[in-house]
Amino acid sequence: MATLHTVNKSPFQNQTLLSCLQHTKSGDAVLLIEDGVYGATKGTALSDAVTGLSAGVKLYVLGSDLAARGIDVAKLGKDITSVDYAGFVDLVADHDRTQNWL
Amino acid sequence: MAYDVNGTAVEHDEEGYITNLGEWSKELADVIAKAEEIEMDEEHWAVVNFLRDYYEEYQIAPAVRVLIKSIKKSMGPEVGNNKYMYELFPYGPAKQACKIAGLPKPTGCV
Amino acid sequence: MSEVKKFLYVNRKAPYGTIYAQESLEVVLIGAAFDQDVSMAFLDDGVFQLTKGQDTKEAGLKNFSPTFRALGDYEVTKLYVEQESLDERGLTLDDLQDIQYEDEDDDYAEKPSIIVVSRAGMADVMADQDVVLSF
Repeated sequence: MATLHTVNKSPFQNQTLLSCLQHTKSGDAVLLIEDGVYGATKGTALSDAVTGLSAGVKLYVLGSDLAARGIDVAKLGKDITSVDYAGFVDLVADHDRTQNWL
Repeated sequence: MAYDVNGTAVEHDEEGYITNLGEWSKELADVIAKAEEIEMDEEHWAVVNFLRDYYEEYQIAPAVRVLIKSIKKSMGPEVGNNKYMYELFPYGPAKQACKIAGLPKPTGCV
Repeated sequence: MSEVKKFLYVNRKAPYGTIYAQESLEVVLIGAAFDQDVSMAFLDDGVFQLTKGQDTKEAGLKNFSPTFRALGDYEVTKLYVEQESLDERGLTLDDLQDIQYEDEDDDYAEKPSIIVVSRAGMADVMADQDVVLSF
């Protein structure tokens, strides 16, 4: 019974991403969309915390939201996968439920 | 509300600015100019083309003083001055020329 | 003629998640007509507004980042960017757009508009204003 979590807020602006990661179960997936994608880059003040809290969880980002914000996929943290809209739909279909962290 | 370009309708708002910027064409520019009672000549086109280039580069239609200053720089002071620009576009060079160029109303105009 | 006042527009939000960034830029462009001494400050997530390479086509949003390069035409030539905010977000000056203005008093020489300041320096910039507007 795995959950897909989506986060659409910048982790530098509030605690939503960190709280989400602290509430995930092993086997869950977290998809970063809109301003949430700022949590996916490496070399930031939060990247260690994001990596540390994501053990057993798969992290994804929505590619179009990355591109809109000028973030190259080369800047993504390790083991973070970029997906397109079709990939988004697949993630929703592959999980038992979707939880949106607003 | 729409302009008629050889039988094709191009939507515009209540002030005459086209709704979908992608629908602009030189033929449409002539139709809008006619509605504005302007006979397009080379100088009018130079200003309209300048505005389209400016929008392409900066994603805004410049305010009138920015337009005149920039025209002065690129085309010289005999074109880039208030008097001449208002002769070309009597109802306001930025507003009227932007409308003909198929751009939104200039930022900063009321 | 009233005296010239110093206006600072403070930008603390990322560009697309909310409308604040775009509204701020619009207000700056409109306000520039009033011949005041206008500066912009970018701190916290506001530094994301200035990153280069933004491509919004697929996301279906309007990319307004090129408009920052027109600010010089509107005589808005001081864009203060906070160093610590860049550092925290893994960004350097190299990740930001090259924004320049032409200095009319110096034979139209092109000069950089972005001024990187420390957090303490940003506090000084803020304390030096007549009017501070937050976005």
